[in-house]
Amino acid sequence: MKTLLDPCCDRCTHTPETPCRDYVRCLTEGPICHDDPACKAEKQRLLKEIKPNEENQQIFVCTGTGCASCGAHNIVDSLNEEINHQGLANTVNVVPTGCHGFCEQGPTLIIEPRQILYTLVKPDDVAEIVQKEFVEGERVERLLYVDPLTNQPATTFANANFFAKQTRVVLNNCGFINPEKIEDYIARDGYKGLTNALQKMTPVEVIDEVKKSGLRGRGGAGFPTGLKWSFCRQAIGDKKYIICNADEGDPGAFMDRGVLEGDPHAVIEGMLIGAYAIGADEGYVYCRAEYPLAIKHLEIAIRQAEEVGLLGDNILNSGFNFHLFIRAGAGAFVCGEETALIASIEGKRGMPKVRPPFPAQSGLWGKPTNNNNVETWANVPHILRNGADRYAQFGTEKSKGTKIFALTGKVNNTGLAEVPMGMTLRDIIFDIGGGIQNGKKFKAVQIGGPSGGCLPDEMLDLQVDYDTLTKAGAMVGSGGLVVMDETTCMVDIARFFLNFSQSESCGKCTPCREGTKRMWEILDKITKGEGREEDLDTLEQLARVVKETSLCGLGQNAPNPVLSALKYFRHEFEAHIRDKNCPAHVCSALLTYRIDPDKCKKCGLCAKSCPAGCITGDKKTPYEIDATACIKCGTCAKVCKFGAVLRE
Amino acid sequence: MEWITLSIDGRTVTVPKGTTVLEACRMNNIPIPTLCHDPELSNYGSCRMCIVEIEGMRNLPPSCVTQATQGMVVRTQTSKVRNARTTILELLVANHPLDCMTCQKMGDCALAEYAYEYRVTGEVFKGQRRELPLDDSNPFILRDPNKCILCGKCVRACEEIQGRSVLDFSFRGFNAQVGPAFNLPYSESECVFCGSCVSVCPVGALTEKKMVGQGRPWEVEKVQTTCPFCGTGCNFDLNVKDGKVIGVTSNPEAPVNGKALCVKGRFGMDLIHNSERLTTPLIKKDGEFVEATWDEAMDLVAQKLGEVKQEHGADAIAVLSSARCTNEENFLMQKLARAVIGTNNIDHCART
Ligand SMILES: Cc1cc2nc3c(=O)[nH]c(=O)nc-3n(C[C@H](O)[C@H](O)[C@H](O)COP(=O)(O)O)c2cc1C
Ligand code: SF4
Ligand code: SF4
Ligand code: SF4
Ligand code: FES
Repeated sequence: MKTLLDPCCDRCTHTPETPCRDYVRCLTEGPICHDDPACKAEKQRLLKEIKPNEENQQIFVCTGTGCASCGAHNIVDSLNEEINHQGLANTVNVVPTGCHGFCEQGPTLIIEPRQILYTLVKPDDVAEIVQKEFVEGERVERLLYVDPLTNQPATTFANANFFAKQTRVVLNNCGFINPEKIEDYIARDGYKGLTNALQKMTPVEVIDEVKKSGLRGRGGAGFPTGLKWSFCRQAIGDKKYIICNADEGDPGAFMDRGVLEGDPHAVIEGMLIGAYAIGADEGYVYCRAEYPLAIKHLEIAIRQAEEVGLLGDNILNSGFNFHLFIRAGAGAFVCGEETALIASIEGKRGMPKVRPPFPAQSGLWGKPTNNNNVETWANVPHILRNGADRYAQFGTEKSKGTKIFALTGKVNNTGLAEVPMGMTLRDIIFDIGGGIQNGKKFKAVQIGGPSGGCLPDEMLDLQVDYDTLTKAGAMVGSGGLVVMDETTCMVDIARFFLNFSQSESCGKCTPCREGTKRMWEILDKITKGEGREEDLDTLEQLARVVKETSLCGLGQNAPNPVLSALKYFRHEFEAHIRDKNCPAHVCSALLTYRIDPDKCKKCGLCAKSCPAGCITGDKKTPYEIDATACIKCGTCAKVCKFGAVLRE
Repeated sequence: MEWITLSIDGRTVTVPKGTTVLEACRMNNIPIPTLCHDPELSNYGSCRMCIVEIEGMRNLPPSCVTQATQGMVVRTQTSKVRNARTTILELLVANHPLDCMTCQKMGDCALAEYAYEYRVTGEVFKGQRRELPLDDSNPFILRDPNKCILCGKCVRACEEIQGRSVLDFSFRGFNAQVGPAFNLPYSESECVFCGSCVSVCPVGALTEKKMVGQGRPWEVEKVQTTCPFCGTGCNFDLNVKDGKVIGVTSNPEAPVNGKALCVKGRFGMDLIHNSERLTTPLIKKDGEFVEATWDEAMDLVAQKLGEVKQEHGADAIAVLSSARCTNEENFLMQKLARAVIGTNNIDHCART
């Protein structure tokens, strides 16, 4: 069967060896080099096969890592089976896609062109979906998504608050194309940005356009991307490299995984444009090995791009060469730091180096090197396709464009959401995120992962952009948003993040290696009720020294969760120390379990389950816990059917 | 040469362009504590002891890896800087065995020196400590990983001076360690026992095993000498206590070799006081070696060589010289062969 990628007739001469400069445009608007209505019609027919329409309905099933682990592949198989069985194969197509972003509700599927969203789909639901949707023309009401805010079922996915409030630029294709097919990407205007750059612009003009767009690095620090490219372009060297940082080690962050799994060609196209602008002919994607699906999709995408001549030598007959390779990292958080990442690609232990020299001067194998984050690269095709001005319409004055956030924690809609820079935390958490799970009260949001800080209730109206958040003691970071409710203990959370930073510290510099350990020990003592008044000062002073003297961003930012918690939740620390009380009832050493005699129905289940055997009572006397023998395992509270066991 | 002017602690100093802030301070006798810096090694910037305040720079930049620039304003002794250094030292000492009384490094230990200056006790951050086994696997180097402050100097010395790359960091966070791959003992690694690592270690983590218990640094007289083992001409310090050589240490000023030495030069000097050592020539008489004077020995050699030449001709004699001799000595040897004995049969063990 002919595909969009096949030559329309003998007159087409495009191959990787004899490339045509108009190849990309030819596939969607062509043929360009000859005028033949038959060829044109054929191309339009093949395009139509890719894009959904009434004669070619498509079911986009999320098979990203999240939904795949909930059995999405079984759903794909069942759908195919059912569609064949019903004889619908000519009009309905099942497309396995990357992440829709709505992980909480996975597996999800979207039916186009009708925009129907079904959530929490199980293989058993498939027959009913096919019957109703494609035979009877109706909905399966029970699988529609019900908005927790309005309690109304969403008639289309675009109606669901989760999607309606988003602005999907980078995620535009994610969930709506088959990431294993380059033609799907091309059909949705893929590689047109590259074509524009190669055909119409000099490398310096490309850099100027990226500068004009205001794009800043999405890997954490928010460095202006165009400026960074210009440093590497100006660096002296016969060989230059570019790198895509796909290490993504923040606990709770998975936007880069989403992009690589769902739209790998966007990253490749971004890198191609960057390489052309910088003057590099070789690139590396450094991706953590824990992302096998991202690596697989990227491998397929690279191979396909090579096969059609979009990677390799003399790309689109422009004389520009670019070769792209993948390096799998072993999952050390510090390998996301760019100098450590470079060392790791070189086969050395991933440890940060002092700068200068900056990678732009001396990076991979001592050559000028430019590194950007996955999401940064994935933004680039849009800028070159639609122009900097259109890109810059989103965002704030100093933070342009959109940012993908990974919503996790105690929020209703965990998943990936892309919003314009400058949206408030409240809008993200309550509108898109659907508020707090189980109707609990919002307490804080940790933004920027272990390098970021926690922000309290009062800060919910803060605009999310690079500068505002940094000023507030947090950071955009990679974009992890961990939402915490009233049942979260802030001392415990600070201890958790510090434990992460400590065990991921590369060990090179003293303050980070030794300092984070001692900070953790102080926090640990406090959660155990062994904290002393003066510990808070020691902790704060140590945190400042670690921040001010550490070598790389890991150590410099590791104290942020502690410092922000001390700033906004100092009373909780004090309660642990002075009153030996954990206000959120989390720190087990500070908890007591007590049975409310009025609620106790004297069933004795708790006494039977207690591993310490410290609960006594009988059919007549309410059960009672011997506090001196209690090991605070919480079993009694879990088993009691009447809520009679109190945690205090 | 281009010169730049900067201010350090209120003093205006002028240094060549390309100088680091640390070098600028040292050129002007402004003390800066360092633990990971060594002029012979690449700049690493890991211990963070050398931090200073520089106007317009965020945080506390390490002076050893910060280039001095025109008009820079540096402060090396503010309370912020001193407090940060004290904290860093407290952190190091909190994870360091305090058996200084019996430590071979006492008196020559950079950590102890700075701890004294900054009044550090190790009491502030009491908590978990490393408890790692000693590496006692070889006759030359004693490694106590519990004393290691992970300055990484040994790693760089092995790679940059000796070109062996035996050592590196392993593990992460508090468990980070420095040592041979897979944590093998030195004896099972690719180590050639040049001891470069020992020569740079600022603390008692790497010490010369044979010197343990033989003398304190302040009891030892350092006598600079040239190594007799080969013609390279390495210099080092004989460590002499009570007229006895107890070991060898690098002399950083050594013009040929700096701190580098090989296993023989650094660890082979115990032969000086070996009871088996020959101190006079021996001549075999009646099947037994008996002590002789140099004159006797020379006469005997000359006489025997003369006899061989007379009986079989000069080309029956061949002269083999040694790489352990200096160039001058080797030149004299070939003179002896060609001009005195009259043969071209002269060769040298390091000819190829
Ligand atoms: C400890 C640490 C971890 C990091 N991890 C990542 C990461 O996983 N992905 C990433 O893109 N950048 C990471 N960074 C930031 C990179 O060093 C670098 O700034 C970034 O990749 C630059 O790309 P950008 O300009 O596109 O943001 C990390 C930095 C530090 C200090
Ligand atoms: S700050 Fe931490 S991770 Fe970074 S170099 Fe220092 S020890 Fe390594
Ligand atoms: S003795 Fe020499 S070869 Fe062995 S580890 Fe030390 S520096 Fe490396
Ligand atoms: S053994 Fe010595 S030189 Fe090597 S890292 Fe440890 S303290 Fe530094
Ligand atoms: S001497 Fe500068 S960081 Fe160690």
